[in-house]
Amino acid sequence: MIPELGEFALILALVLAALQGFFGIAGPALKRERWTAAVTPAVAGQFVMVATSMGCLMTSFIDNDFSVRYVVENSNSALPVFYRIAGVWGAHAGSLLLWIFLLGAWTVAAAFGTSRLPREFAARVLGVLGVISFGFLLYTLTTSNPFIRLDPPWPDGQGLNPILQDPGLAAHPPILYTGYVGLAVAFAFAGAALLEGRLDREWARWTRPWTTAAWAFLTCGITLGSWWAYYTLGWGGFWFWDPVENASLMPWLMATALIHSLAVTEKRGLFKSWTLLLAVLGFSLSLLGTFLVRSGVLISVHSFAVSPSRGEFILTFLVIMIGAALALYAWRAPQLKSEAGFELTARESFLLFNNILLVTACGTVFVGEIAPIIYTALGFGKLSVGPPYFNPTFLLSMLPLLALVSLGVHSRWKRGGFGDRGKTLILTLAAAAVIGCGVMFGVFSGGGVLAAAGMTLGVWIVLSSLVDPIIRLRRRIRIPRSVLGMTIAHIGLGIFVFSLTAVQGFTTEHDVAMPIGGVTQAGAYTFQFEGVNRLQGSDYGGVSATLLVTRHGEPVAVMHPEKRDYWVQHIVTTHSAIDMFDGSNILVALGQDLGDGRWSLRIQVRPLVTYMWIAALIMAAGGMLAISDRRYRIAAETVEEPATAAARGKA
Amino acid sequence: MNRYLIPLAVFALVVVVFAIGIAEAPRKDLVPSPLIGKEVPNFSLPSLTDPTQEVSSKQLLGHWYLFNVWGTWCVSCRMEHPELLQIAHSGAVPIIGLDWKDSRAEALEFLKKEGDPYQRIAVDRKGNEAIRWGVYGAPETFVVNPKGIIVYKYIGPITPQAWVQNILPHLPAPQTASAGS
Repeated sequence: MIPELGEFALILALVLAALQGFFGIAGPALKRERWTAAVTPAVAGQFVMVATSMGCLMTSFIDNDFSVRYVVENSNSALPVFYRIAGVWGAHAGSLLLWIFLLGAWTVAAAFGTSRLPREFAARVLGVLGVISFGFLLYTLTTSNPFIRLDPPWPDGQGLNPILQDPGLAAHPPILYTGYVGLAVAFAFAGAALLEGRLDREWARWTRPWTTAAWAFLTCGITLGSWWAYYTLGWGGFWFWDPVENASLMPWLMATALIHSLAVTEKRGLFKSWTLLLAVLGFSLSLLGTFLVRSGVLISVHSFAVSPSRGEFILTFLVIMIGAALALYAWRAPQLKSEAGFELTARESFLLFNNILLVTACGTVFVGEIAPIIYTALGFGKLSVGPPYFNPTFLLSMLPLLALVSLGVHSRWKRGGFGDRGKTLILTLAAAAVIGCGVMFGVFSGGGVLAAAGMTLGVWIVLSSLVDPIIRLRRRIRIPRSVLGMTIAHIGLGIFVFSLTAVQGFTTEHDVAMPIGGVTQAGAYTFQFEGVNRLQGSDYGGVSATLLVTRHGEPVAVMHPEKRDYWVQHIVTTHSAIDMFDGSNILVALGQDLGDGRWSLRIQVRPLVTYMWIAALIMAAGGMLAISDRRYRIAAETVEEPATAAARGKA
Repeated sequence: MNRYLIPLAVFALVVVVFAIGIAEAPRKDLVPSPLIGKEVPNFSLPSLTDPTQEVSSKQLLGHWYLFNVWGTWCVSCRMEHPELLQIAHSGAVPIIGLDWKDSRAEALEFLKKEGDPYQRIAVDRKGNEAIRWGVYGAPETFVVNPKGIIVYKYIGPITPQAWVQNILPHLPAPQTASAGS
């Protein structure tokens, strides 16, 4: 019964999404008041149906209903309830349902958020979201229905892929999807503006919190994925330029650009058509990510079971959605006039550079992503694009971007120049260079130009971001949450750059043959091999080594890498000892017994790696703080524009 | 030329590329394994059926074989199982299994119930060996020649069609291939 109920609810949701899309777009266009008024009830109904459907699938999982094929494929009665629930999005069909559910949730939030905005505009926003929901519901029902029954039912499920049995699985996809789907709201706002043919600074103020929220979720989702790959999967890295990782990075870069260009559109009434384009591209890229993962066009770590028909559907959907949006853009954008000009050194310029560089970075990732497809299509054979392409090209646009952050934050709107901040900037840069290079030579003893640049830029961004809040505190000027949020996000970026540079530049890894009592050096750490002991576990035996780890003569840890031999399975496993100090990640793995009391050992030291993820979360937290600013909740009429515009430091 | 049309034009190009991409997708070999043309990773792992024995890359030299990565938890592996039995039965080429991230008891139970197409099965409980083979997800099947060189990799469940169209062409004529089994 329950699976049928879920499927039925999904069909009803499809009908309601169609109505939502139709009334939302046709109502305002044909000036039919009643149609326009019907949009909100359709949104509510659609979400109730989607939530019901989601609840049904979860119930089937929790109740171990092995007559449902999707449950059989992704669960097992022996799984704890936690992983049975996570199994819902363990494969293609269920994760699509999750996508639709989150889109419904965002739509409901948007319905509340736009209730104070002009009715026709609100209806158009919800209408565009309805069209997107409709497409995904149709996709799910026609190609990937999770409620299909098996006859006869299976006695038990086949279990969840063990690689996915981790708390990270439960959290990573929903958070990432929340970010992906959130960009649909920014897209819908852009769509509504295009349909209306009108875009003012108010529009930008309405759109900003939604974009920032989606961006923050995207940031968290990507961070979590990277952290999960590093710790749980033990892939030995945190970013692989895997096609699916890129698929999440591209919308993130676009969203970052969009956040900054929206600031200009709101403050100065500039970059209007550009902002619209970014909003359209941001969501387009998240749709594209879905397409790439599901269609089997690119093979990746994250590939679900693929089928070409799924790919064809998404491609058609992409053409309709994005094609329509871009055609509308080509038609309407020329009518949007900028309200003012600006000087070269004005903040507008820096934000323009920010946008150009972010979009360039996104473009280079995109080219690397689709190059293998083009290459094959042209009949040149196979091509695999990896870090040798991505690392340098990405750096090429990222380095200037990072160098411009501090300048941009302290530049003035319109007139340009830095006023009295010029000196402060030079001072902070000098201090950053001293600290950055000091850390490099003092802690890591040595390093190249790139490492020096990275460390200096990281520190500079942090220091220069602190200037404004310090001045405001001294003068006892209230700091608006949006400014504080921006500052925190920029500090997070600085810390991120600093730790990433440390990880990339100063990770040491070597395999050594050590006699008992031997000493070796890795990074700032000294490892003394104390010897090995026999191990006796319940179902295994083996050896455990003892290493004394010291830094600058101070003992910091005793590590015990193990080699276990399981009697029953006769499997020898290596249990690396992993330890964290000051955010550095130290790994020691015990290798072979080389005889004469000598053992081979693999020692790896990754400095500051933990701070990278913490920094990314700080960025997301900054975004969330910015959204909570009062100004985004004030109704359209009562905004006190001149006062805030005069305040410095808002971006 | 209206510059606002540029995004649409670029998008149209991208769509064409993807349309071609989809047309090519069923071949599933767009991104080949970097290991193709290289020697198999040197391995020596305990055997599933008799843990006191080992399965090593050295023993396998001198024969053609399929190296099939599977696990009882993997649905697609169960899907391809009948085809593997068929291949084993035909004697076309011996199949060496890599039981990936699996429990020994479940794997043996499964083979007892469904039949065992494998000549030998190596155990990779932690998944480290699969990483060395660059395995993304089970099932994956490598075709290895007598010199221990990987000549082909097939991703996904082997269907009768995939066997004939994708894998068989990479194997030598039947009489030499069956020498190993």
